[in-house]
Amino acid sequence: MSNFSLIVLLLALMAIGYQLGMVRSRKVATVNPQQKMHSRPHHYGMMVGLWAVIPAFFILVLWTLLSPGVINGMVAAQLPAEALAAEGLTADVIMRRISNLATNFGVVAEAEQWELAAAAYMQQLQTSSALLLTGLMAAIAAAGLFFSFKRIQPHLRARHQIERTVKAVLIICSTVAILTTIGIVLSMVGETIKFFSFIPPADFFLGTTWNPRFSTTGVAEGSLTGSQGSFGLLPLLSGTMMIAGIALLVAIPLGLMVAIYLAEYAPASFRATAKPIIEVLAGIPTIVYGFFALVTVGPFLADFGASIGLTIRATSALTAGVVMGIMIVPFISSLSDDIITQVPKALRDASLGLGATKSETIRKVVLPAALPGIVGAVLLAASRAIGETMIVVLAAGNSPTLTANPFEAVSTITVSIVNQLTGDNDFASPQTLVAFALGLTLFVITLLLNIVALVVVRKYREQYE
Amino acid sequence: MTAIETNSIGKVKMTARDVRVFYGDNEAIHGVDLDVMENEVIAFIGPSGCGKSTFLRCLNRMNDTIDICRVTGSIKMDGRDIYDPSLDVVQLRAQVGMVFQKPNPFPKSIYENIAYGPRLHGLASRKSELDDVVESSLRRAGLWNEVKDRLDQPGTGLSGGQQQRLCIARSIAVSPDVILMDEPCSALDPIATSIIEELIDELKQNFTIVIVTHNMQQAARVSDRTAFFHLGDLIEIGATNEVFTNPINKRTEDYITGRYG
Repeated sequence: MSNFSLIVLLLALMAIGYQLGMVRSRKVATVNPQQKMHSRPHHYGMMVGLWAVIPAFFILVLWTLLSPGVINGMVAAQLPAEALAAEGLTADVIMRRISNLATNFGVVAEAEQWELAAAAYMQQLQTSSALLLTGLMAAIAAAGLFFSFKRIQPHLRARHQIERTVKAVLIICSTVAILTTIGIVLSMVGETIKFFSFIPPADFFLGTTWNPRFSTTGVAEGSLTGSQGSFGLLPLLSGTMMIAGIALLVAIPLGLMVAIYLAEYAPASFRATAKPIIEVLAGIPTIVYGFFALVTVGPFLADFGASIGLTIRATSALTAGVVMGIMIVPFISSLSDDIITQVPKALRDASLGLGATKSETIRKVVLPAALPGIVGAVLLAASRAIGETMIVVLAAGNSPTLTANPFEAVSTITVSIVNQLTGDNDFASPQTLVAFALGLTLFVITLLLNIVALVVVRKYREQYE
Repeated sequence: MTAIETNSIGKVKMTARDVRVFYGDNEAIHGVDLDVMENEVIAFIGPSGCGKSTFLRCLNRMNDTIDICRVTGSIKMDGRDIYDPSLDVVQLRAQVGMVFQKPNPFPKSIYENIAYGPRLHGLASRKSELDDVVESSLRRAGLWNEVKDRLDQPGTGLSGGQQQRLCIARSIAVSPDVILMDEPCSALDPIATSIIEELIDELKQNFTIVIVTHNMQQAARVSDRTAFFHLGDLIEIGATNEVFTNPINKRTEDYITGRYG
């Protein structure tokens, strides 16, 4: 039986166990009218259902993880030794051929007689494994159901068992999230270390040229850029920072003004409508912002530059930065609006009572009180800007040069990752592995920004009250 | 501009005539007539929700900050209508300071808390002048000796009673004529309360003080005159010892003898 149908059966069993437990607990209650039941009937029902399903489910998980290894081992032990030696193939390749035969997937070239025999043996083992699993699960589920059913007594603390199960489920969920983060970092660290075995870290972090394309490992002298290519991070880092900087220059004033208007001046009805509309900006897919930058903003900026005598490329750091700035406005305006609204009315009253005008009150009392929170909002927006990819791919010109001129085309860390991982990849060359080093660098930068944001926000909490 | 009025007990600072306050369609104060004399302490007493705080907030137009609140009638200060559209509410509030129920120092240093008002109104042009204003305000609020060594520390770090005196010093610093106090001691312990009460007694040399209080003993201790509000009406006003020992109105008597409130 397939694992999917087993899971469906388990769920059905859980429902049955639930009903049985409820019925049983009601019966126990009527038999012992002088004793008060510790838990409510549905607790007993849930307890029986869980006991029927959880142990069996663990068996299913363990079996699924372990049985392929055991079966492969048993099949491998049966293979004729001379066949292995004659073929001169690795055991891995042979096992893959056999399992493809066993699942009727088919193999390249004619299958040998001994291969067919092994495949038949494997099929047989898999069938009996599935039967064995089904039988074992049935037995364990039945035992769990039966014993927990029998245990229903007035003093049994079913409710506490349910609580413990809920807690365990919550712990498992949060562990999944944490382990995923750790896993992502570890996988990047592994590949990054491999990359640094090709390229010294100093060349990567301090190099001023980014030109990985026209060379591969092992290409001898005479190639365009030497055997290794140039993997200098600095042009990409400066491009990233320049675009993020321009984005913040656009987004901070715009976002703050929006937030101040919404929080302090706008009538409640207008605020209720305007805030969600502004937040839609954050929900527009970034590729759409990319079109917008490429088709509308870029040519506009170029024409505008021409009219005042500046040479602005249509795809430049400026174009990407301006559009990205518009994208992150809601991050700043929405969070800042919440923070400004939280500044106690007592502080405003104190300032107004001393004869301050509304804008003086906002400038001198409300904004300073909200400042740490606003800084937190800005840092969150900044880490969003640094990690942004699609707008930059389309609008920044993809030219990894070290320049301080925002009207020139630049490239960023994220764009280079896309470039290095698109197309045919050989995951043993520095050309591909550098993407992981770049990714890890980006991760560390945004992580640091987030930590700073968290510290600032925490400090903010201690401010008043 | 009318001449400044006087009556039998002295010079009139503020006059309120037929003041009504509406929250939306709901009338919270039903036509109050009341005079505030110069350099007196006048206490507003009455049960919760009687409109005494609302009326107090009319005197420096703090009710303007509440959208649905509307005030009719006339309130004059030194003969000038404070609800006159040509009057600048900012200047009014510099003349009529306010101390709130809960101490609300700014989350800034003690020095900055006091310097805030003078800076706004350009009352001190040089740093040394500002220092003088800060020192004299803190001295008059009886706080100087406690905080003179830590003027750069946050005002929020002081104790509740010190914070409230800081707020009083802050309003003194802009040299108002009138100080409104909205239950200034309700969040304080008895010792801090008695310090504030002594302070009020000293401040009345220079300022006119209007104080709202729940505490009848406090009204009896600090005020020259007492006004009793009930359900949005001014029931009785008179010299404090008269109101407390020989009230004219039955409802005043019931309230001060603790029969309701």
